[in-house]
Amino acid sequence: MNLLKLPGASAALLVLILLVAWQLTFMAVGAVAIASPAATFAYLAQHLADLGPHIWATGQAFLYALAIAIAGGLVLGLATGLSATAAETAEPLLLAANSIPKIALYPVVLLLFGIGLPAKVAFGAIHGVIPVAIFTMNAARGVPPVLLKTAAVLRLSPMDRIRSILLPSALPEVLTGVRLGFSLTLIGTILGEMFGSQSGLGYLLMTSIGLQNTQIIMAVTVLLIAFAAIVSTALLAWERRLRRRR
Amino acid sequence: MNKITLYRILAVAIPLALIELACRLGWINRLTLPPPSEMVVGLWGILKSGRMNAAMLETLRNVIVAFAGSVVAGIAAGALVHGVAPVRRLLEPLFSTYYAVPIYGFYPLFIVMFGLGDKPEILIGFMLAVVAVITATLAGLDGVPRVLVKTARVLRLGPVRTAWQVTLPYAAPQLFTGVKLAAAYSFIGVIGAEFIMSQSGLGYEIRFAYDNLDNNVMYPLILLVLVVAVAMNGALDAWDRRLRERRRAGR
Repeated sequence: MNLLKLPGASAALLVLILLVAWQLTFMAVGAVAIASPAATFAYLAQHLADLGPHIWATGQAFLYALAIAIAGGLVLGLATGLSATAAETAEPLLLAANSIPKIALYPVVLLLFGIGLPAKVAFGAIHGVIPVAIFTMNAARGVPPVLLKTAAVLRLSPMDRIRSILLPSALPEVLTGVRLGFSLTLIGTILGEMFGSQSGLGYLLMTSIGLQNTQIIMAVTVLLIAFAAIVSTALLAWERRLRRRR
Repeated sequence: MNKITLYRILAVAIPLALIELACRLGWINRLTLPPPSEMVVGLWGILKSGRMNAAMLETLRNVIVAFAGSVVAGIAAGALVHGVAPVRRLLEPLFSTYYAVPIYGFYPLFIVMFGLGDKPEILIGFMLAVVAVITATLAGLDGVPRVLVKTARVLRLGPVRTAWQVTLPYAAPQLFTGVKLAAAYSFIGVIGAEFIMSQSGLGYEIRFAYDNLDNNVMYPLILLVLVVAVAMNGALDAWDRRLRERRRAGR
């Protein structure tokens, strides 16, 4: 049990357990339904270069979408969070928007933007922007009033106020929103590629579903999970460090 | 009507009115987006004709099964994991990165395992919802004062009765946050799965109308999904607020 206390040890054990569960599922349902871990990693080792263009296409769309989601969420969150009336007005609307199945909006996005990069980016961004906005709004609301009064006494300009009071005070909670926004933007971008594009990992996933190529399905899924898990763990660690520093 | 309610109505009504205006003036091509008022009329016609009733019922049923399953399993699993510290330490990274995983990626696997139909759709809704309930349960149980747990021990309540009669009721407001998320996520999961690949349900009907460029069906159905999601969220929210107020008044 003491081994578990080593940093990373429990994560390694978790990965091991998941791999065993994967192998057992494979043994239960067979190669028609799911590729084995061995076959998947063999495929990845052999064909990673072939996946390159798809990874690049998804990565590009994802970065644009994430930038828009974070910037939009920060602006929306700060704009509503700085006034009590605006926050109270916006909160249930944002929560309601968060509960909408955005996939139902997909046809609208596609009709507005056409097939291709802009549609993927828009679809990724509408998934990610709302959690960032909700957490930023609550973070801005939670800034101690005495800090804001100090800023008023010191006659800081609005820009200075945001830079030297608001952001440092609100950063940990904003980071929570960014972490959620990151995940949702990734999912949104992939979903966008599944229907509205001719390239990217989502497109590859969708064509492999049609061809029942379980090796590619599992390889793409593993890549996405690994990427998402690494980034989200890093963001979580950063967030915890900031909170501890308080 | 108080001021905030008025602002909220305006915040929804003004953009809607602008969209309506832009459509009516032809700034937005009506093939891209018909005026919202026409969507409402179209939805009314579809609801009255009853031709979407089967699809609506099926989606509703699957959402309810996924939702109920995720709430029961999530609370049970949360209470269990909370009781066993090493297991919790082991699973914590899974919970914190879970929502970064594109769950829909597993949908093809579920289709091959269970066949095209209700089961894989329910499973996607369930998987999307259950971890929100587990994390809410863990957070809720963390907040239970030690004195309550000790009292239960003095009264010699077993672990199950302690959870059922003491700790879970105390954590109820936190649990409800998880329940609210579970409702939204089951809905999102089921509609998404139907949209990606299925043979029936609301998500399927939207996809079908989209593939056939049938805007007269597609837009009203999209509106229906939005209205149902927002109404469900609003109802749960109102209930949540009532529960919290009653609890505050009771103390």
